[in-house]
Amino acid sequence: MTQHPVNPAPRELLKLVVVGHVDHGKSTLVGRLLYDTDALPEGKLEELQAVSSKRGMELEWSFVLDSFQAERDQAVTIDTTQIRFKTDKRDYVIIDAPGHREFLKNMVSGAAEADAAILVIDAAEGVREQSRRHGYLLHLLGVKQVAVAVNKMDLVDHDQGRFAAVAQEVTDYLAGIGVEPAAILPISARAGANVAEPSPELSWFQGPSLLQMLDRFHSVTRPSLQPLRLPIQDVYHFDQRRILVGRVESGVLRAGDTVLFSPSNKTARVRSLEAWNADPPLEAHAGQSVGLTLEEQLFLERGEVLSHEERPPQLTNVFKATLFWLGHKPLEPGVKLTAKLGTARYAVEVVAIEQTVDTDSLERRRGEAVQRNGIGEAVLRSRALMAVDEAQALPNSGRFVLLDDLDLVGGGLISMEGYPDQRSVMTVRTSNLFSVEHSVSREERWARSGHKGGVIWLTGLSGAGKSTLAMALERLLFERGYQVYVLDGDNVRRGLNANLGFSPDDRAENIRRVGEAAALFADAGALCITAFISPYQSDRDRARAATERLVPGGFHEIYVAADLATCEERDPKGLYKKARAGEITDFTGISSPYEAPRDPDFVVDTGELSIEQGVERLLEFCRSRIAFDPPKRG
Amino acid sequence: MDRLDHLESQSIFILREAYARVEPLSMLWSLGKDSNVMIWLARKAFFGRVPFPAVLLDTGNELDEVYAFRDEYVESWGLSYINADCPALEETDPSLPLNSRHAARKTLGLKRIIADQGFRGIFLGIRRDEQAVRGKERVFSPRDESGTWDYKDQPAEFWDQYKTEIPPGAHLRIHPLLAWTEVDIWRYIQREGIPVVPLYFARDGWRYRSLGEKDITRPIRSDAATIEEIIAELETTRQPERAGRTMDHDSEDAFERLRASGYM
Repeated sequence: MTQHPVNPAPRELLKLVVVGHVDHGKSTLVGRLLYDTDALPEGKLEELQAVSSKRGMELEWSFVLDSFQAERDQAVTIDTTQIRFKTDKRDYVIIDAPGHREFLKNMVSGAAEADAAILVIDAAEGVREQSRRHGYLLHLLGVKQVAVAVNKMDLVDHDQGRFAAVAQEVTDYLAGIGVEPAAILPISARAGANVAEPSPELSWFQGPSLLQMLDRFHSVTRPSLQPLRLPIQDVYHFDQRRILVGRVESGVLRAGDTVLFSPSNKTARVRSLEAWNADPPLEAHAGQSVGLTLEEQLFLERGEVLSHEERPPQLTNVFKATLFWLGHKPLEPGVKLTAKLGTARYAVEVVAIEQTVDTDSLERRRGEAVQRNGIGEAVLRSRALMAVDEAQALPNSGRFVLLDDLDLVGGGLISMEGYPDQRSVMTVRTSNLFSVEHSVSREERWARSGHKGGVIWLTGLSGAGKSTLAMALERLLFERGYQVYVLDGDNVRRGLNANLGFSPDDRAENIRRVGEAAALFADAGALCITAFISPYQSDRDRARAATERLVPGGFHEIYVAADLATCEERDPKGLYKKARAGEITDFTGISSPYEAPRDPDFVVDTGELSIEQGVERLLEFCRSRIAFDPPKRG
Repeated sequence: MDRLDHLESQSIFILREAYARVEPLSMLWSLGKDSNVMIWLARKAFFGRVPFPAVLLDTGNELDEVYAFRDEYVESWGLSYINADCPALEETDPSLPLNSRHAARKTLGLKRIIADQGFRGIFLGIRRDEQAVRGKERVFSPRDESGTWDYKDQPAEFWDQYKTEIPPGAHLRIHPLLAWTEVDIWRYIQREGIPVVPLYFARDGWRYRSLGEKDITRPIRSDAATIEEIIAELETTRQPERAGRTMDHDSEDAFERLRASGYM
């Protein structure tokens, strides 16, 4: 009889990671799963029995995975290993993750690509340090489906009470990090109890066997229903076509779509999707590697993120991140690294460590540094604008890794809470603009004023004394014959910026307009003093750029330094009290960050100086910086 | 997207990452089924071209059908091809078992071609399911100047962020097929119509499941004469794929030693 086998369709594959404290039985469980699902290659069991007896040991299931000589001798799993088995429903690949603390980077490497996890906990020992740490990391890495296997039930006489106690302990911990386990099961991996089949000794347990539980998980796919994100990998010019390539991380891209590139903020229309040895596709879904051509010839590079114009990524040069740190030296303010987000790379600097997380107690502490293998919350800044997403909304484009020289030393999830999207303030909406030459030159204006035009930009916390200083300085300068004017919150919020509120975006726009208005004063030959908290360096840098465009060297950033405690004690308008009471949201210093100037032109410390002393020093500074000697006329 | 679509897309992503970040590159083309799939994926990733050379580590000992296949497809796929001659058996580590020494000729050939051409990245078609030691590999796996694999201290690799930065003199082994299985490879060959050396198909009750050199590769008992039959056979077999590759079975750690010293 001739055989004509018809091959069934390829089966679904679920990637599974097994984590837990050292010696709680992870490798043993994996070995047992392979045996129970008939997945051991022929001769493997005999080989293991031979190796075990050669070493004078009983059959050790974990030897299935510990295939390295070095590991057998040390009896420790060193790296992640991938092993496959199948059930009636689908195929599985198991990533076995090591439990020793110093091997965190390997555990992370294995677990990050898993669809689901088994957290193995020793019934006698209960939840231990690495049970918690691994649980926490699963959450950070984005593994959402978790089954808890309470192992070695044979060693606690299959005691129902002991199981209930461990189950409660693990439920409490996981609840603290927002993880709800799909199931908590009593098993004995060594004896095979409740792994594939229910066991008579565990007859009091009504739930599924571990294998049944695994079959209930679903494999994770990239989300087509989310906003479009396609990080550009490369631009090819192999023939007359100019093809942009990359993988769709979320959403759907169609030929003919108008797309936006970030951070360059350019738009273009997609002419075609490209493929080799196939008809050009009309659309590409999340997960697909694609090529595309554009109607317009834009200069674009690797690292740009393609999106639709609606719901684009945010642009920023600062963000907050919850991160795990694998570097040898502590992560602390001032440390310079490279952040890789998708295909983009940015030079970043740690601005602040906001807190560190103790994975044992889940306690969050004020911290100065995140130690090796630790977890913490940090603020990172880059000089260049970055295209980012909130990790909570779009996990694939809201996460990044950190590179120290050649080595990957950490990974984190992005939060933009409290930071403005800078796209709105950088977008030039007007077009067809031509600048016209004035008929009066800058020098002519300065000669008439008797001094150069410029901007004295005061920044500092609320209550630091900016307005008081500004008004006193204006008076002194005016009396000495200077053309001087103060822009203050009150005089711009009522008119120029009457349409703005206090959200991070509105606050950024408020500062942008003040920066532009101040620049015009400076260009007109006047000295403009501004008194705004202006908490973000990026906003102040933009204000500087606005002035420098018209009056090179005309911008002076003054840090009105007074620490939070001092300002809160002064609290001239009672705002800190309200903010502490939660009546004001996004209040700088309390619920929203203040970034002290990195490189101010002048510092006035009002915590140490009186207002009179401060104004006097500022006056000296102004006179030296804006002095103007008119050219002698022939 | 089904499983093959996912694998294809991921492999193309890996090929493009390497092409964007590592230079100069080459691809080891052993002429086996896996490396043909890899070439095919490269043609997809780069729109019909393979923009780096394909390298055969040639011991002069490949099966005749393999050489015939090479001559045909270098031409019809328009490959830039490098024939890298491997040093003689006498130059290999005499402490290795004999079969492993045959394999070690390729290790030496690889080191030589990397040194000659200054390659910073080499694509290899190895898969995690082939062999437990290969199961430990990273997609981007750095090697120092001597080609040594430091499997005890491998770089972190997650969220599709790969190690592309290496010190001078080092190189990267890049493994676009690491996540594929033997059955995946055959299903993909079937779906795409990728040509393979005819030795894989059974004649007179024997076929090659894995192609190596004449002296150290044996056919297996099989009646699978079509791709469909091979897939059906693989769905049920319990024989490991490399059972016919004698060098793997010299001693408990033979293959691990081979790999630590730079074998593929």
